[in-house]
Amino acid sequence: MTWIIQAILSFIIAYSFAIIFNAPRKQLVSCGLVGMSGWLIYSVYALVSDDTVQASFAGAFVVALAAHILSKRLRMPMIIFSVPGIILLVPGGLAYNAMRHIVENDYLTAISYASKAFMTSGAIAMGLVFAEVLMQLIFKYMRKRKTISQMS
Amino acid sequence: MLNEKNDLAIDCCLLAGRLMIESGAETYRVEDTMTRMAISQGLIGTQSYITPTGIIFSLGKDGSTRIMTIRLRITDLERIALVNQISRKLTSLEMTIEEAYEELQRIASANLMFPMLWQIIAASIASGCFLILFEGTWWDVPAALVAGGFGFIVVTLIHELTRVKFFAEFLAATVVGFIAFLAVLFSVGEDLNTIIISGVMPLVPGLLITNAVRDLMAGHFVSGVSKGAEALLTAFAIGAGVALVLSF
Repeated sequence: MTWIIQAILSFIIAYSFAIIFNAPRKQLVSCGLVGMSGWLIYSVYALVSDDTVQASFAGAFVVALAAHILSKRLRMPMIIFSVPGIILLVPGGLAYNAMRHIVENDYLTAISYASKAFMTSGAIAMGLVFAEVLMQLIFKYMRKRKTISQMS
Repeated sequence: MLNEKNDLAIDCCLLAGRLMIESGAETYRVEDTMTRMAISQGLIGTQSYITPTGIIFSLGKDGSTRIMTIRLRITDLERIALVNQISRKLTSLEMTIEEAYEELQRIASANLMFPMLWQIIAASIASGCFLILFEGTWWDVPAALVAGGFGFIVVTLIHELTRVKFFAEFLAATVVGFIAFLAVLFSVGEDLNTIIISGVMPLVPGLLITNAVRDLMAGHFVSGVSKGAEALLTAFAIGAGVALVLSF
């Protein structure tokens, strides 16, 4: 039951962010679906391995992969699908906790939260880049096979 | 005649580049689009240098060089998609350069954004949903809805009024924190922290963060670092706004 609620809520969030960022009207639903898949992978991974940094990497990887496939299929820039999806993974809570502890003069705890937030955003970035490199390799391979099969 | 044609092609490329950067496209994609458009018009060997604040575009050894300043930076994904479509049509020769220029100018002057009310409602709903995803209780949802909506209203209004983005974000974060504080004070909400976190989520610079890294990876260090700095400043403004409320 929680999974269904999480899926619905993450879909609604990605959909609303697509509205705020003014995505093309026909693509709002696919933006929502990209965000949902990213969040579900993130929460499953976080549940299994108990490591939110790795989970963020996995979530961002899936978001970028889905965005890439959609952008090739619909002939639109990839950024349209990846931006609303990535918002769900942004470590808002960690950054907030870091800020709160700084205000309370508890700098040691603040630094540990801030480093975690920094690691998480780095993981998101790595996930995005890895997915992109992977997709480029796959497309290059497919194109090569296509030209070879046409020649023979 | 030849010069006139070249001039139009440069204008077209620059306008397309400006629109894409203003709307928040990745730098390497802008460069790619401009080069493709130039090649479709028979201009080989063009050079472009693109930063978030300006474009330098040159035709090469014998041609002219132009500069375009960029003052405005928003997030408008639909505009990126439209410019992309035009560039595709131009390179596949479905469109002449004159038509493309006219179309680009139409896009530049049109307002494609969703109505303001929709955006506010979207921000408010997103905040409410975030609250549940951050393991808050259903009891706190109304407070998060109000905080998120008002935060978004404030950031838009102040940004239009003062044109200082960081001040607008600072004030918006303060308002979010204040509403959450009031909600807890009048026992409409329970957990102050989750309400504030979900309330500020619509202000988070998601596009900037993703773009900064992708630009850095593509070797556009100037754009990557400056976008990263903008994202960092925004995050700092939000943090300072929240901290102001928390320190009372």
